[in-house]
Amino acid sequence: MKEQLAKIRAEALSAFESVKDAAALDELRVKYLGKKGELTAVLKQMGKLSAEERPAMGQLANEVRAALEGALDAASQKMEAAALELKLKAETVDVTIPGRQVQVGRRHPMNTALDEIKEIFIGMGFTVLDGPEIELAELNFDRLNAEEGHPSRDWSDTFYFDEDSRVMLRSQTSPMQVRAMDSMPLPIRIIAPGRVYRKDEVDATHSPMFHQVEGMVIDKNVTMADLKGTLNLLAEELFGKGTVTRFRPHHFPFTEPSCEMDVQCHKCGGAGCPTCKGEGWIELLGAGMIHPRVLEMAGIDPEEWSGWAFGMGLERTALRRFKIADMRLIFENDIRFLEQF
Amino acid sequence: MNLSRKWLNEFVKVDVPDREFAEAMTLSGSKVEGVTVEGAEISRVVVGRVLSLVRHPNSDHMWICQVDAGQGQPIQIVTGAQNVKENDLVPVALDGSTLPGGKEIHAGQLRGEDSNGMLCSFAELGLDQRDFPAAYADGIWILSDDPELDGLTVGQDIREAVGLDDHVVEFEITPNRPDCLSVIGLAREASATFDKPCNLHEPAVKGGGPGALPELLDVETPAADLVPRYTARMVRGVKIAPSPKWMRERLRAMGVRPINNIVDITNYVMLEYGQPMHAFDYRYVNGGKIIVRRAEEGEKLTTLDGKEHTLTANHLVIADEGRAVGLAGIMGGLNSEIVADTADVVFESACFDGTCIRKGALALGMRTEASAKFEKGLDPLNTLPAVNRACELVELLGAGEVVDGVIDILNNVPQPTVLTVEPDKINALLGTDISGIEMFKIFEKLDFVNAGDQAVNPNCFTVSVPSYRGDVRRMADLAEEVARFHGYNNIPTTLMRGQTTQGGYSPVQKLENKLGGLCRTCGYSEIITYSFISPTAYDKILWGKEDFHRKSFRILNPLGEDTSIMRTTTLPSMLEVLGRNWNNRSKAAWLYELGRIYMPGGEDGLAMEAQILTLGAYGNGMDFFTMKGAVEALLKGIRARDVRFEPCTEDPSYHPGRCAYVYSGADIVGVFGQIHPLAAQNFGVDGELYCAELSFDELLMAQGPDPEYAPLPKYPPITRDIAVVCGEEVSVGALEAAIRRGAKGLLKEVSLFDIYRGKNLGEGKKSVAFNLVLRADDRSLTSEEADQDVKSILEALERDCGAVLR
Repeated sequence: MKEQLAKIRAEALSAFESVKDAAALDELRVKYLGKKGELTAVLKQMGKLSAEERPAMGQLANEVRAALEGALDAASQKMEAAALELKLKAETVDVTIPGRQVQVGRRHPMNTALDEIKEIFIGMGFTVLDGPEIELAELNFDRLNAEEGHPSRDWSDTFYFDEDSRVMLRSQTSPMQVRAMDSMPLPIRIIAPGRVYRKDEVDATHSPMFHQVEGMVIDKNVTMADLKGTLNLLAEELFGKGTVTRFRPHHFPFTEPSCEMDVQCHKCGGAGCPTCKGEGWIELLGAGMIHPRVLEMAGIDPEEWSGWAFGMGLERTALRRFKIADMRLIFENDIRFLEQF
Repeated sequence: MNLSRKWLNEFVKVDVPDREFAEAMTLSGSKVEGVTVEGAEISRVVVGRVLSLVRHPNSDHMWICQVDAGQGQPIQIVTGAQNVKENDLVPVALDGSTLPGGKEIHAGQLRGEDSNGMLCSFAELGLDQRDFPAAYADGIWILSDDPELDGLTVGQDIREAVGLDDHVVEFEITPNRPDCLSVIGLAREASATFDKPCNLHEPAVKGGGPGALPELLDVETPAADLVPRYTARMVRGVKIAPSPKWMRERLRAMGVRPINNIVDITNYVMLEYGQPMHAFDYRYVNGGKIIVRRAEEGEKLTTLDGKEHTLTANHLVIADEGRAVGLAGIMGGLNSEIVADTADVVFESACFDGTCIRKGALALGMRTEASAKFEKGLDPLNTLPAVNRACELVELLGAGEVVDGVIDILNNVPQPTVLTVEPDKINALLGTDISGIEMFKIFEKLDFVNAGDQAVNPNCFTVSVPSYRGDVRRMADLAEEVARFHGYNNIPTTLMRGQTTQGGYSPVQKLENKLGGLCRTCGYSEIITYSFISPTAYDKILWGKEDFHRKSFRILNPLGEDTSIMRTTTLPSMLEVLGRNWNNRSKAAWLYELGRIYMPGGEDGLAMEAQILTLGAYGNGMDFFTMKGAVEALLKGIRARDVRFEPCTEDPSYHPGRCAYVYSGADIVGVFGQIHPLAAQNFGVDGELYCAELSFDELLMAQGPDPEYAPLPKYPPITRDIAVVCGEEVSVGALEAAIRRGAKGLLKEVSLFDIYRGKNLGEGKKSVAFNLVLRADDRSLTSEEADQDVKSILEALERDCGAVLR
C-alpha cells in the first residue's frame, strides 16, 4: 500500500507538472483526487490494515493528498496566469493612435497678458475698476489737466459724438483715475484695464481700438521711488527676474514729474538691434506722480496726499510677450491663431 | 525736431560719440529718436584732379581721363560726361566705393578701356541743385568751379570737402517744451546735461539803412488779445541771391530746403531761436501800415502755396490798410511774397495766441512749421533777439541795409515766475535725499538762479523761471527739473508702504472670469472684436429698417463708414469673425466674446454699456442642440435659477424654427439658435452658423447662491421607463413639466431618451420616452409606492398633454 501511494504521488505530480490545458487538468483532478479517483481507491483499503499500521499509513495518505492538492493548485494558477497573459497581449493597442479629441477653448492672448498684470496688482492690494468707453471729454481731458487746445483733443486724433466735442470715445484709460478719485475713499489703489480709441489707421503696430491698463495709487507719503519700485516689480513679473529697466523723463498733462519706463531689449540685451530700432531699449509704459492740479480738481489736498499713476498699452505687451509680429492678428481672430495660445 | 551737431557745437562743445550723446540727452528728458550721419552711404569718394583727357578710341562721346586722386599714382577713369577739363577738381569714386542708394563702383572696362572708378555729379552724391546753386547739373561736378568750395585738396574725403559730414540728431520734443524746438533750446539742455558752458550769442546790428522806421512803417494790433507781442524791422536795398554755403549746409542738415538769402534767413532764425519769422515785400504793404486783426467773415486770401482760403472771424490776419497780406502764424500771402526783384523787406517776429493759431490752422487744414510752433505757446521775450539775429544775418550776408530802430508792440508780456524751492518737499515727493546745494546747482545750470549767488539758504531759496520755461509753474515742476538732472535712474526704488488695502475682484469680475472659463471648457475660444461697426451691419443681420435697436451712437469723425457706429448688438461682430474663418477654410470655429454694446440713453448723455456674452460656432458637429448644450452648461456652471427655454420665432437674425429664448424665472437671459441662412450668406457663409447672445447683467441676476452640501442618498432608487404617445405639437418641455406636476414627491430625475415617429402611431403623432428616477430619502421604496407615483404622472400627462401610455 505504501508503494501504491508512492506511485500515485509520483505519477500525479509528474502529470500535473506537464498538463497543457484546463480540461486535461480537470481530468487529472478527477483521476487522482476525485471520489472515484485513484487516491480514494487506495484509502478504501485502509480498513484492511492492522490497528498498528493504520495511523502511519493514514498520515502518509494525507501527506500525499496535500501534496497532490498543492500541485493541482499550482498547476491551475500557472494556467490562469498564462491565459491572462495571452488575453492582455491580445488587447494591446497602438499608443500612437491619437486620443479621442476633447475640444478645449483658448483665452485670447491679449487677455492672457492682461490677466497676468491683474494678478500682479491684486497681489499688491489693488482693486480692478471698469468704466465707460463712451466718455465725457471733461473726464478724459479737462479733469486730467489737458486743457482746451491740447493736441490730443483734436478731431484728427480723437473720436467725437457731438459737434461740441463733449462726448467722445475715451482715448486713454486715465479718466478712470478721475472716476476713482470722485467715487472712492482715500487711500486708493486701483488698476483699470479696458478698451481705448484713437484715430490711427490699422497697420502692424496701430489699431483705432486698443487696450490699456491704468494704475493709480493715492496715499500719504507716496513717492516717485515707490512708483519705480512697483513698476520694476511689474517688469520682472512680466518679463522675468533680473529684467533691466530704465526711466526717462517725459511729459503727460496729468503727471509731474512724468516718466516713461523702458525695458532692456530681450533680443540684444541692450546692444541695439532691429527689434529695439537700435536703441537697446523698448518703451513699456508712461507714468508719473499725479499732477497736484489733478488732485486739486478732485478735491484732494496735494499737501496732504500724493500719488502716482501709470498707463500701458496691452496689445504691444501681448505682442512682445508672445512674439506676435503684427497687431492686426489680435483683432482678426483667426482660429488658427487663437489655437496657438 | 532735427538738430545738426555742428550747429549745436557753435553754442556748446560736446564731443562725445552720437550714441552717448543720444543716451545722455534722452535720460535728461530730450528723447532721441535716431541719429543720421550725412553722407553715411558714401565711402571711398575723394577729391581728384583731372591730369589729362583723351577721346576714347571706340566711342564718339567717351573720354579717358588720367586722374590724380591722391593714390600715389594717377588712375585711369572713363567718363561719358562732356564738361570735364584738364586740371579740374572733381569727385572721384574709387574702385570699391559706395554711393547713395546702395550703388557700388568697381574697376572694370568700358569699351575695352580700363576704368578704375567713376567721376561723379552732385546728384550721384545725393545732393540737390539747391545745395550747390553754382554747380553744373548735367555733368560731372566741377568742384574747382565753385568759389565757395575752398581749401580743397586732392585725395580729401568728398564728404568733408563739400560739407556733407554733419551728424543730425532727431528728437521727440514733448508739447510742454516748445523752447526745445530750436537749436538754442537744445543747446541749453545739452549744456545742463553735459555740464558744459552754453555760449549764447547776442545779435549785433549795425543798421544805418536809408530812411526812418517810424515814417516807413506803422503797426497796429486791434486784436491785441491774440497778439501778446509784435516785433518788426525793415531791410532796404535787398539783393536777392542764394545764401552762402555754410547757411545752406545748416538748413539742409535740419531738413529745410534752401530758397534764397532772405527766405533762408527767416528759416535759419526759426531753427536757431525757435521763433517763426515772416518776411514781406514792403512794396505790397499798402500805406506802409501793418494791421494785425481778426479776419472778416468770408474774407479771401491766397497763401504762398497758391491756395485760396475763405476766412472767418476766428482767423487772425496780417493786413495792410486795404487787404490781408498773410495768415498770422500760419503762412504768408502770395500777394506779398519775396520775389527776385524784392527791394525792401519787413521782418515780422511776433508772438500770437497759441489756441487761435491752432484752431485757425486746423480749420484750413494747413498745419505749417510755424503754426506747429505757435500753437504750443511761444516765449514773448524771444521776438526781439530773433528779429535782431535776422537783421544781423542780412548784414553778414550783404543781403541789404537794415533800417535803424525796431517796432515792438507789447500787449501782454508776463512777469517772470518766481518760485520757492523747498528741498524737503521735493525730496518727499521724489523719495530722494538730495541736498539743497545739489538742487541749487541744478537750477543754476538751468539759469533759474544767478550764478555765484552766495547768500543762498540751501533749505529754502527762490528761483526765477526763465521766460522760455512756461511749463514750470509749481513745486512739482521744480521737482521734475531736479529729478531730470539728478537722474531718474538715481532715484531709489522702494516698495509702497502705508495703509494696506484689500485688493481683488468684484463679484461682477468674478462672474466674468467664471463665464470665460466655462466657455473655454465647453470648447469655445475667446475673440476680441471692434466696438464700432458699419451701419450696414444691421442690414446684414436682417434687422428691420425701423428696428429701434438701430438707434446707435454715431461717431462724427470716424476713420471710415465701416467703423462709424457703436454697436448695439455683438452679433455682426461675431458673424464677421465666423465668416472670416469660414472663408479661410478652417473646418470648425467655436468662439466666444464677452464684449460691450452701447445703448443710447445713459447718464450725462453717455451710453448704457452692457456686456453681452456671445457664442458663435460652426463645424465639428455643431448643431442646435450642441449650442444648447453649451448654453445649458454655462447656466448650470453659474447655478442659474429656474431655467427654461421657449421657442423664439420673431428674431429676424435667426432661423425661425431653430431659435429659442433662455429664461431664468420671468426674465429673458438671451437668445440662441441657428443664424438665418440669409444672414449667414451676408457674411459669406453658405453653411449653418449657430450663435447665442446672453445678457451678462441677466446672467448676474440669474446666478444662484454658493452651493451647500446635500447628504448623499442612503437608499436605492427605483427607475421606470415610460413612453407616451402625443400630438406633434406637444413639446418635450411641456411633457416634462406635466411629469413633474404629476409626481408626488418621489421623482428625483426625468430624462428624455427617445422620440419615435412611425406610421403605426398615426399621422401627426409621436412617441416620447422618458427615464424616471424615483427615490425616498428616508427608506427603501417599494415597487407599489413607485407604481403609485408613475400612475399619477401618467394621469397628469394625459390630462395636461393628451399623452397616453404607448
